[in-house]
Amino acid sequence: MSHKVIIPIGPYHPLQEEPEFFKLFVEGEKVSDIEIVIGYNHRGIEKICESKHFDQVAFVVERICGICSTSHPFAYVNAVEDLAQIEVPERALFIRTIIAEMERLHSHLLWLGLAGHFIGYNTVWMWAWRYREPLLDCFEMISGNRNHYAMMKVGGVRRDILDEYIPPLKKALDEINRAVDMFKGAVMDDPVIHARLKGIGVLTYDQAVEWSVVGPTARASGVDIDVRRDDPYGAYNRIDWTVVIRKEGDVFAKTVVRILEMYESIRIIRQCLNKMPKGEIDAEVKDIPPGEGIGHAEAPRGEVFHYVRSDGTNRPIRHKVRAPSYMNVASNKIAAVGQSISDATITLAAVDPCYCCTERVAVIDRFRNRKILDGWDLIRLSQEKTYKLRKK
Amino acid sequence: MRDILSEIKERLKDRIDNWYEHNPRRIYFSIDKNDIREIAQILFEDLGLRFATATGMEVPEGFEIVYHFSFDKSGQIISVRTLINNKNNPEIDSLAVISPCFEWIEREMWEMLGINFVGHPNLKRLLLAEDWPEGKYPLRQR
Repeated sequence: MSHKVIIPIGPYHPLQEEPEFFKLFVEGEKVSDIEIVIGYNHRGIEKICESKHFDQVAFVVERICGICSTSHPFAYVNAVEDLAQIEVPERALFIRTIIAEMERLHSHLLWLGLAGHFIGYNTVWMWAWRYREPLLDCFEMISGNRNHYAMMKVGGVRRDILDEYIPPLKKALDEINRAVDMFKGAVMDDPVIHARLKGIGVLTYDQAVEWSVVGPTARASGVDIDVRRDDPYGAYNRIDWTVVIRKEGDVFAKTVVRILEMYESIRIIRQCLNKMPKGEIDAEVKDIPPGEGIGHAEAPRGEVFHYVRSDGTNRPIRHKVRAPSYMNVASNKIAAVGQSISDATITLAAVDPCYCCTERVAVIDRFRNRKILDGWDLIRLSQEKTYKLRKK
Repeated sequence: MRDILSEIKERLKDRIDNWYEHNPRRIYFSIDKNDIREIAQILFEDLGLRFATATGMEVPEGFEIVYHFSFDKSGQIISVRTLINNKNNPEIDSLAVISPCFEWIEREMWEMLGINFVGHPNLKRLLLAEDWPEGKYPLRQR
């Protein structure tokens, strides 16, 4: 009865930050295999970095991602400071931490909105993105930009957080805290969301370790890792906060981890604002000596890893970049296989790949009627399932 | 807390060619390229290190690959360095048979540097375009 169908997802859509192509092999309703094709947006940044001097590279790597645009420069400056053993002033460490946590907040809100949209909760989508706005305004106030903040530089930060910025920032945090309370209630208390997300797209502890996944994807499977705590950088070891762990490994656990992490981010920013010492915001950096350095940082999606090698000139001779989705997206092969098509969208989106938009989807019957469905059909399938559950 | 460094030294003994601690959290050591699969197995499976990534690069003597493993309980990054002393036909054992997490990075090093990973189950292009010319390796020095 069942014939094999291929459902391609991607690769291009103007809304996506990173084009990827998921080819779902479907038998009846069940996903039987998945092929992941990446590289559509390969820009050769590692190669470009070899021709930029150490200060310029921070701006280049900032352009790797538009959502977590501070994590790459953060990991990069950690790597160069490790290489050249540069002491960074205290105040700069606190400012870096504040920026990184603000970014985590806005990134998790963005994901929550998209996840809500995929399962038919468009109100969550609108509200999550509405509460992201005051945060972006704060970014604009501090750095002049809503998205590419360009705060990191080797040896410190480029802009100070002035005293007059602190009251509006605290006000925005209060507002977001109330919003997160609301989202937490909306997710935790809604039986339909439980029915849609629990037991879906499970990645067990052993699988998470085997695929070496990172970030919320790992923490939702009970893998207790977080670079901020394990290898403290910035001001994370001067602050009181906890790592959020869930054991179930399903989409629901990943959602809960991200929601609870937003509380931790708010806690971290508030403490940083109160504890931030006065003083210099950057150290004087002399020549970078020959050698190698490794820096990593916990981006909203997981560990960002940078390796820099210098031969004593003013340019890195090799700069390796590994983004968290590189490890996480590959694990979709485990999480999505065996699911029904209507759950595929949310499962693929649950690792929060920089690719969240499954709009460009087509259904192709491999054998007979080569029918091609519009991309919205997959999202509609997913949303219809929620409506049916709600009626019950 | 587990002292992972003495465990590694205990298990690998004289197979470690050169041990270097940049600081207590950044450890590098070199090994012979023929030992890579066995050593990766010990580090990844037996000692439970997490594979972060690998850096491949061209050096004057040939090609160098640095495999970065992370021990998250202590925040240490242990980098295993190996040299492929062959400019024309670089080859090394694939680690993708140990775990799928090595698969993508080996495909990337294969297409970017032209290093052949022997035993890789699916050695095809990851990032480069389909119409990129054969035999051109973007991360080679010349």
